[in-house]
Amino acid sequence: MAEPRRKMKDLRKQPGFDFMAWFCIVFLYAPIVVLIIFSFNDNRSVVRWTEFSLRWYYAAFDNEGIRNATIVSLKVAAVSTLFATTFATMAALATTRTPPFRGQMLSYAIINQPLMIPEIVTAVATLSFFSIIKQLTGVTGIGYLMLAHTVFCIPFAYMPIRARLEDMNLTLEQAAADLYATPIQVFRKVTMPLLAPGIVAGGMLAFVVSLDDVIITLMVAGPGETTLPVYILGQIRRGITPEINAVSTLLLLLSIVLVSAFFTLGNKKK
Amino acid sequence: MAQDTADMSGKSAKNMILAEGVTKTFGEGDSKVHALDDVSISIRENEFFTLLGPSGCGKTTLLRLIAGFELPTKGNILLDGQEIGHLPPYKRPVNTVFQNYALFPHMTVARNIGFGLEMQGRSKSEIKQAIEKMLALVQMEHLANRQTDQLSGGQQQRVALARALAPHPKVLLLDEPLSALDLKLRKEMQIELKRLQSETGITFVFVTHDQEEALTMSDRIAVMKAGHILQVGRPKQIYNQPARRFVADFIGDINIFEVDLDEVSGTTGRVTLPGGATLPADLPEADVPAGAVSVAIRPENMRLADARDSAAKLKGTVTNVVYFGAGSNVHVALKGGSEVIVRTTGEVLDDGHEVGLILPDRVQVLVD
Amino acid sequence: MGAVQHSGADARLDEARRRVEADTRRRRRQLLAPTLIVIGVFGLFPLTITLIYSFLSPGVYGGVTWEFSTDAYVQFLFERDIFDDTLSFSGTYLSIYGRSIGLAFGATVGALLIGFPTAYFIASKPPSQRNFWLFLITLPFWTNLLIRTYAVLLIIRDEGIVNLSLQSIGLIDQPLTILYTDFAVFLGLIYSYLPFMVLPLYASLEKLDFRLVEAAYDLYATRFQVLRHVIVPMAKPGIVAGCILVFIPGLGAYITPELLGGGKELMIGNLIALQFGGSRNWPFGSAAALILMVVVMMSLIVYVRYAGKEGNSHG
Repeated sequence: MAEPRRKMKDLRKQPGFDFMAWFCIVFLYAPIVVLIIFSFNDNRSVVRWTEFSLRWYYAAFDNEGIRNATIVSLKVAAVSTLFATTFATMAALATTRTPPFRGQMLSYAIINQPLMIPEIVTAVATLSFFSIIKQLTGVTGIGYLMLAHTVFCIPFAYMPIRARLEDMNLTLEQAAADLYATPIQVFRKVTMPLLAPGIVAGGMLAFVVSLDDVIITLMVAGPGETTLPVYILGQIRRGITPEINAVSTLLLLLSIVLVSAFFTLGNKKK
Repeated sequence: MAQDTADMSGKSAKNMILAEGVTKTFGEGDSKVHALDDVSISIRENEFFTLLGPSGCGKTTLLRLIAGFELPTKGNILLDGQEIGHLPPYKRPVNTVFQNYALFPHMTVARNIGFGLEMQGRSKSEIKQAIEKMLALVQMEHLANRQTDQLSGGQQQRVALARALAPHPKVLLLDEPLSALDLKLRKEMQIELKRLQSETGITFVFVTHDQEEALTMSDRIAVMKAGHILQVGRPKQIYNQPARRFVADFIGDINIFEVDLDEVSGTTGRVTLPGGATLPADLPEADVPAGAVSVAIRPENMRLADARDSAAKLKGTVTNVVYFGAGSNVHVALKGGSEVIVRTTGEVLDDGHEVGLILPDRVQVLVD
Repeated sequence: MGAVQHSGADARLDEARRRVEADTRRRRRQLLAPTLIVIGVFGLFPLTITLIYSFLSPGVYGGVTWEFSTDAYVQFLFERDIFDDTLSFSGTYLSIYGRSIGLAFGATVGALLIGFPTAYFIASKPPSQRNFWLFLITLPFWTNLLIRTYAVLLIIRDEGIVNLSLQSIGLIDQPLTILYTDFAVFLGLIYSYLPFMVLPLYASLEKLDFRLVEAAYDLYATRFQVLRHVIVPMAKPGIVAGCILVFIPGLGAYITPELLGGGKELMIGNLIALQFGGSRNWPFGSAAALILMVVVMMSLIVYVRYAGKEGNSHG
């Protein structure tokens, strides 16, 4: 009997590459999965699995420090997302819906500046600047933190909004103008409705990025302005508690939900 | 300049669009490009007018200037006697069918069609009526509530037409609207467009690079090249009496002969072919100086004959026969080296056959 | 054609053009102003404050006193004897920068070795599956870096799941000390910035025409030769971009060494943060931040050079 012909190997494949890809996924997800699983562990030791339990979640909800930090986090993220997304939308309209102009490259560089400078440098520079303003004006408050977050959220909100505008066919807006829509009507009836998914996506990214920030918040936040990640960092420094696993899991899941929504939003209209 | 013979179609001779000395440049300094260079044209009411030319000839720019998406650098554009060159697009009673249709993806078919009227602030009932009328006109009644991304290319095309016709513009501009369709659908839409134009009585300005499309559909054609209009005329004129070498070359197959011109009198003269035979000739403009000129003869305006036939003014050898269904193109190498193409529906000749060529009674002289 | 007043028409045209241009400029200014002002004032301007601070003297309880001093920079390289004020060379801070560069570079190489096969693997998947894989890679990037690093800490601890598993299968008797070592920081950096490597690599590999690979096999190339002469050269812009995107944040990392290095394995980020916290030497911290910026700028220049070259040769 003839030996069955061996299936020809896929020419695209390189030896070991598939293994590395799977290793990469396991490497990225294993620690997260372990963290999530052990947040449901009944045992205080965080090492050996005993029994499924939600006790650390209850404990976290009861913890006033965690509650306050969560409220601060959400407040800061909401305000800075609102401003960053609004500003980013305006900037994206300016850079994609007006003819090329002198200083366009400079504008891009300024918008993306927060991405190009190491966070720690931004953090201490902002701290120094704010300390001068505080000295000169005597004004204190959570506004500083919101402002700092707005700055670094703008480029993240800007990216998907600009991408959406660039994908959008310019002739749609011309078609509207051709059909007697004034510039304001064009914006309201055509540009805005088509841009909306981009704005929502940009807003979600800004929100996630604000929610996740540690370094800048650590430097800039005043007393009573501890955000959740900064609170978690403080707790980790003091030692590992299962409560922190529970809070971390919740924060992770929030990010995952938002980013998943962002992805579906991005893929829907393509 | 390009000649323009008297209107013979019986349609009104009132000018709907009049462009005078329109120039459009893009860029500045060394990279400055003349998309349109001092172009003047008149398009009549209720006419199917085509701007024909290769890409980059300025036909789309001219259309965009009429629509108002760009402002001319210089010159004047009149619509029905009103100066519109300086107005923004939403103040011009002119609508456009875009090359990629540009249907609003977030609106239904019906809302797309009603958009123009909605923007004009017409009443709800009026808009509803107009939408129904337009849907019937393009035979799309059953798809009124579809999203536009669920439509086929041909259906999108019809919606784009209905949307642009709904506000009943004075002029409908069409920017290569058939280029995205396959051949069969394109042929159908050509007939459909002709029908819509005669039913609505709206002036159509159609842009295309497809000469066959232009010849099939147009009342008149303007052939453009490099920002200039070379010739304006009815399809037959453009085809049979091309005035410029470029026009002759661009439209269909053609044989061009280098000849001597003399006996010039007004717009006629007499040319002497390389073999010594002479023919009466039409000139594209009065008083072309005598001397070396080119003449153009369509392959179907020549006939093959026996090499000994006394009526055959040129002689040569068959080098190649290309069969295309309805007939054949016979390539003939003339004595003296040049090659011509003759279209025949008759018997197929072998390569190497000695043949004579019978030329038409008159030929058209070209200027560059 | 004499009936029409050309000069009048041209004047109206000029006016229309002027109005359109003025409208465009005004609208653009209004739209850009908030972003440029906010980032300019609160993102860029503070950097000049940092520059100024680096030339001032430290305040007793943090902050600065407004006296010119180059001490911050002197301190970076020299140690001042507290008794006789003499300067002697000290490599303490230099070695922190050296270690940071080394760790960031090592992490970049590590991320490239894992990221390249992964990006290639995704690019060779059918288009319908690619988005899912990209999603898997991107998701960790958007989740909290602190929490991800904490998760790594949990599993590499002496009592972590890694050591427990190794012990339970009898591979080791005593737990391996991974946490609070340079290796832990190295691992954490790769873990943190791996998505930054995969995404640009994927972006350039996605454009790879696999017919070229087939053509190379047809011309007797081995798999390794195909990789070296066809695939890697095509992916070069992605490799350069990915390396920059891992190296720069890796260099300024704060959380990773803070958590996994246990505070004793200092990197630049911790050194800077320390000067604004417990150590309270703002001028020195500012100087350290500026020196970090210089290193980053230099790597960016290298990047622009490379990227520019690629742009020319590949059109």
